[in-house]
Amino acid sequence: MSAEPLLSLKNIKVTFGGVRALKGVSFEVNAGEVHCLAGENGCGKSTLIKVITGVYKPEEGAEIVFDGKPVSAMTPTLAQSLGIQVIWQDLALFGEMSVAENIGFQLAVTGTYGMVDKHAIDEAAEKALARLGVRLDIHKPLKELPIAQRQIVAIARALVGEARLVFMDEPTASLTQSEADYLIEIVRNLSASGVAVVFVSHRLAEVLEISHRITILRDGSLVGVYPVEGMTQSRVTELMTGRNFDSAVIASDHDEAPVVLSVRNLTRHGEFRNVSFDLRRGETLGITGLLGAGRTELALTLFGMHRPHEGEILLEGQKVDFASNRDAIRAGVAYLSEDRLSLGLNQPQSIADNLVMASLDRILSHGLISPAKKRDVVSHWISALGVKIGTPDDPIRTLSGGNQQRVAIAKWLAISPKILILDAPTVGVDVGARAGIFEIVRKLAAEGLSIIIISDEPPEVYFNADRVIHMVEGRLEAVYDPRHTSLSELESAVYA
Amino acid sequence: MRRLVSSHTTEFALLAVMVLLCIGLSFGTDRFLTVSNAFDVLNVSAVNIIFAVGLLVVLISGGIDISFAVAASVVQYVTVLALSALGGGNWAEGFIIAGLVGIGLGSINAFLIYRLQIISIVATISTFNIFFGLLMFFTKGVSIYNLPDWLSNRVVFYEREMADGSWVELTLPVVVMILCCIATWFMMSRTTIGRKLYAFGDNPEGARRFGINIGAMHVISFGWLGLMAGIAGLMQAHYAQEVVPNALYGRELDVLAATVLGGARLGGGKGSVLGCVLGVLLVSITQNGLNLMGVSPFAFKMIVGAIILVAITLSSARFDRLLPNAMKASARKRSQRP
Repeated sequence: MSAEPLLSLKNIKVTFGGVRALKGVSFEVNAGEVHCLAGENGCGKSTLIKVITGVYKPEEGAEIVFDGKPVSAMTPTLAQSLGIQVIWQDLALFGEMSVAENIGFQLAVTGTYGMVDKHAIDEAAEKALARLGVRLDIHKPLKELPIAQRQIVAIARALVGEARLVFMDEPTASLTQSEADYLIEIVRNLSASGVAVVFVSHRLAEVLEISHRITILRDGSLVGVYPVEGMTQSRVTELMTGRNFDSAVIASDHDEAPVVLSVRNLTRHGEFRNVSFDLRRGETLGITGLLGAGRTELALTLFGMHRPHEGEILLEGQKVDFASNRDAIRAGVAYLSEDRLSLGLNQPQSIADNLVMASLDRILSHGLISPAKKRDVVSHWISALGVKIGTPDDPIRTLSGGNQQRVAIAKWLAISPKILILDAPTVGVDVGARAGIFEIVRKLAAEGLSIIIISDEPPEVYFNADRVIHMVEGRLEAVYDPRHTSLSELESAVYA
Repeated sequence: MRRLVSSHTTEFALLAVMVLLCIGLSFGTDRFLTVSNAFDVLNVSAVNIIFAVGLLVVLISGGIDISFAVAASVVQYVTVLALSALGGGNWAEGFIIAGLVGIGLGSINAFLIYRLQIISIVATISTFNIFFGLLMFFTKGVSIYNLPDWLSNRVVFYEREMADGSWVELTLPVVVMILCCIATWFMMSRTTIGRKLYAFGDNPEGARRFGINIGAMHVISFGWLGLMAGIAGLMQAHYAQEVVPNALYGRELDVLAATVLGGARLGGGKGSVLGCVLGVLLVSITQNGLNLMGVSPFAFKMIVGAIILVAITLSSARFDRLLPNAMKASARKRSQRP
């Protein structure tokens, strides 16, 4: 590593409409370093990235030095020509185009005489993938690739642009653990070949595993720059939030409580088989396992979206056969989808409309929606779950990830369910808000709701469930009691 | 070969439907499967194919246009009036004026959509009404029958009498149509502009982050459709030997259906010139066959609609949805076996 940093910023101030987004932050990255930029949502991470890539102009007094040369005014084009590349969370790839066309897109839009040289594009794509040590069929349409491979395509595209500094914004948010591990390997290769990587992630475990140094921001100010050696997740969390979250096992016995849901030898060919378990009143059941373990498929079957091929579902002792999820909802089963942003909530609509979406028949008066009843339901749940909003009429997309998740939960609570299934409830939700969501889960369970939490992060179910089911390739591998199992035992079983 | 088939499923499915249809029709009437009838179909389809390849570019870049057919009527009128003001004119002047007026009308759409941020379907429904309204207002619905001779005289590039006494003719509209197809294909798949249009239609935000000029994309796609509409309008006037203000009214939906049938995706990023041509031809062949079989013209629309539904179901390759659950499960098991 060279003594001089590849990029250094000093005294970066950015103000939006009177709000200070960045209050004089400094930041440094060395060549070939993996550097983590950490902080809660709204702490200024993305603003800082946008300053570095020239999207936002910092105020007077800012200093940007790249490769020893001061940069007076950064622009997106200048950033690209310096080799600064961003891999956005949504990847900004083109689904209908082939892998090669995506990777070599820069060449496709800057060809000589406006002509496209397909061979040069294919060659560049092969070269970039080879440098990452990955083999992909470059003629496949991108949309046929799983999300993890799309990440790799996005990284390869950055390499074609002669990247020297790559920003990765939440690259692992939608990946399962094994895919994330693969990506981390690729980041290591990249760093070994001299490219600096700035990693933004909510998954602190992987941040600590991969980074050399970590810069922590809070409320637009620099908290500090720390070497990763000796850092722990809870220390990072504390620095990010300024608060202390204790992780403790909350599991307790519910053997006395009546059984609410009973699943007997449930099978769907190609998805899961012979799954049996009981869920009691007030109990929280965790389901974990790798992608393809059949977790979500099982949940969708319990929710009536798919029909089981064999086995039965008993609800309070009665055998049920849901023809659709309408039946399941009527019977008191609620399912909060994995992909809440696109499937669970109607983004442009108001908070209030989203909240009553599943419970419209409860706010009717003479067959029409009663504004008064709607208002009551909305204000009840917003205060019960502590959702931070302006007014209930604001579009839901104006809320942060954590608050959106609360509204999504409230939407289902409004139907007074007996069973609430939460599928990956903390994807895209930051650390402080995660704790808030699990606090709500705990409170609901204490009130007698039976809850199933599905997550591919073992700690999440370990610390928040009474029992943990581990699924492998569609079968129920084992049931753990967090009080008699250590987290590392569970993790090694899941990742074995 | 397998890659060719799998990356062009729509085109192959359309070809298959077309072959089946042709076999069926050739049994229905012996006049169908003749060389001269094939050329007839081409001559009749030429104008629609020119429209379709223009619309294809707009669909690929993520837009939609309802106004192009009436825009072509405006072009016909303006061009014929301008030519007579110029003292008659000739083919070169005709193409230049028609093309420029077409591009101008297309640019109005691009301006409304890009500058005023009106979504393309609303913007072009408005211009559809404005263009057509202005045309009817100023012409009072009066047609022009005395076109310049060079415009109304048929231009035949190749003709030959067949053994059965029928004529094979390769006319100007078909030649122009082929040139328009080649030009569109070249632009979309061989130039950087084409790649940018595909990218913009596929993921507008991604394209913007790559520094693609979004305003230029709008002007190019709607301008290209305007150019094609202008040329198609001139060809239609030439073919019909008259300019009737409402002759092309309603053509937009036929062309749109045929283009989507050819694999262009409403929403952008996908579509090919070949698919688009096949889409238009499939509809034309159906109509031609029904005509020869003496089916009542009142039944045409109904049958064409049914053919479009069948072809689009087949080309989206979701046969499995039609199968019962149990068969799907066993099929899945089979495919999972290593």
